[in-house]
Amino acid sequence: MTAPVTRAPAGPTTQPRSGPSRRRGRLARANWIGGAAGWLWLLVVMIPIYWIVITSFKTQANYFATNPLKPPTAPTLANYRLVLDNDFVRYFVNSVIVVVGAVVPAVLISFMAAFAIVRGGQGRLLKAISSMFLMGLAIPLQATIIPVYLIIIKLHLYDSLVAIILPSIAFAIPLSVLVLSNFIRDVPGELFESMRLDGASEWGTLWYLAFPLTRPALVTVTIYNGLGIWNGFLLPLILTQSPDKRTLPLALWSFQGQYSVNVPAVLASVVLTTLPILLLYVVGRRQLVSGLSAGFSK
Amino acid sequence: MALPAVLVFVGFGIVPLLGVLALSFANWNGIGAITAAGGRNWVAVLKDPSLPHAVWVTFLIMVLSWAVQTPISLLLGVFIAGHQRYREALAVLYFLPLLLSSAAIAIAYKSLLDPNFGLGAGLGIPLLSQNWLGEGKLAIGVVVYIVSWQFIPFHSLIYQGGVRQIPRSMYEAAEIDGAGRMRQLFSITIPQLKYTIITSSTLMTVGSLTFFDLIFILTAGGPGNATRTLALDMYIRGFQADLMGPASVIAVLLVLVGLGLALLLRRLGGGSASESQMEGA
Repeated sequence: MTAPVTRAPAGPTTQPRSGPSRRRGRLARANWIGGAAGWLWLLVVMIPIYWIVITSFKTQANYFATNPLKPPTAPTLANYRLVLDNDFVRYFVNSVIVVVGAVVPAVLISFMAAFAIVRGGQGRLLKAISSMFLMGLAIPLQATIIPVYLIIIKLHLYDSLVAIILPSIAFAIPLSVLVLSNFIRDVPGELFESMRLDGASEWGTLWYLAFPLTRPALVTVTIYNGLGIWNGFLLPLILTQSPDKRTLPLALWSFQGQYSVNVPAVLASVVLTTLPILLLYVVGRRQLVSGLSAGFSK
Repeated sequence: MALPAVLVFVGFGIVPLLGVLALSFANWNGIGAITAAGGRNWVAVLKDPSLPHAVWVTFLIMVLSWAVQTPISLLLGVFIAGHQRYREALAVLYFLPLLLSSAAIAIAYKSLLDPNFGLGAGLGIPLLSQNWLGEGKLAIGVVVYIVSWQFIPFHSLIYQGGVRQIPRSMYEAAEIDGAGRMRQLFSITIPQLKYTIITSSTLMTVGSLTFFDLIFILTAGGPGNATRTLALDMYIRGFQADLMGPASVIAVLLVLVGLGLALLLRRLGGGSASESQMEGA
């Protein structure tokens, strides 16, 4: 895998490898450039992550004294204890509330809108609605944060989790509608017609036909929006102020401000806030990766 | 059925969009009363010599991060589109940066790049222990590097999906005609990925307008104003200097640039074909 690059630009003259791989045609030729670049990128990705993880188990004294890429000889959990003692459980709960409270309604109402656009897309009103959402894709919505702040104040929602949830839903709608309507469009029209003939309402076809058939897309938008909102920083920063309303990214930032010299503890907080997502990734990697790629490169 | 989505989107998307235009003609400190300002905010901001600088920094970060991310994402996408075991295993690890928040990434890199206590200093490699965030040019390079580190996984995923949709028969035909791997890449893969490239570039460039958390935590716009992008400029003017009017002017500019970019990229994609692709982003 670490073949010198100079040997690499072989193209058609590369020796086909022996035996079973020859059958696989194009893929049979060893692609040394590709392989080397692939491993190189792995290093680029993994070295910082490896450093973050091992450092988070070092003591502060140890951190300054040892080789930064050597794992700690006596790993300590003290950093994690310090992070947990700083109310991280509360921030975690806040983040969960915001994500669930925003993603579930966002996906549901986007799905309903996508269904209406696909099924009744000839109407002028629905066409206008559809292009409004498309325009929303091209606009950096974060640029509208000042009026959002004003609206939240006027609604007396400032410094509450609802203040983060409402704009999060709105910002999630354009892309969700887009991805979902692409998938609903793929459901054969005859299925809808025959279900209607059997006496089902539009509402019935929405739930019992379109919903199950577009599950991969629903998973995609749920994951995509969920990740974005879980990691969101700007809305909590601007729309809340009390410590007990912090979500994890904001908590990370203020923890870092407080303990900046204690690098291992700061890194422990980074690991700890990423851990729940990492667990989801381990459990649902296939769904996540295939969902994202299906949703975006359709 | 579209009503709930329309209501929420109008309330927290369209109304703020119009609101930001209105506020750009108003005086507001974020707490007190809002009064009319006429065109004063616009004159003040457009005359402010720091504006061209912020535009330049935003543009620089956008172009550089696009130029770094696109080829790497494309090649990685081709790479992980292969079905070899080891590639699938590598792909599992490639996506890890996608799971971290910008805040977490910024905080981790800030420690990692510390000239005295960071990774480079710990390893005793002078080249790696420069004052990364303390010098303007280096800081921009660092921002571009971290942005790429964070977002290449996502874009390579988009390219992977695109590559897997290219009909195999095209490669088989090319093979018979004796086209090598490089030739196939440039004559089949890249042309076939045209719309994927446009989709990914649109997401990259429009997205780069709003890199906020990363730069805010990493450098807060510094050193000096070296990494003060438009998004950061908007935040600092609005929420730190309490000048919501001028900040709204910047916000309007951001919206216009975003719309302009999206339209431009759609044009590049060529008329109606790109429209269907936008819809299939």
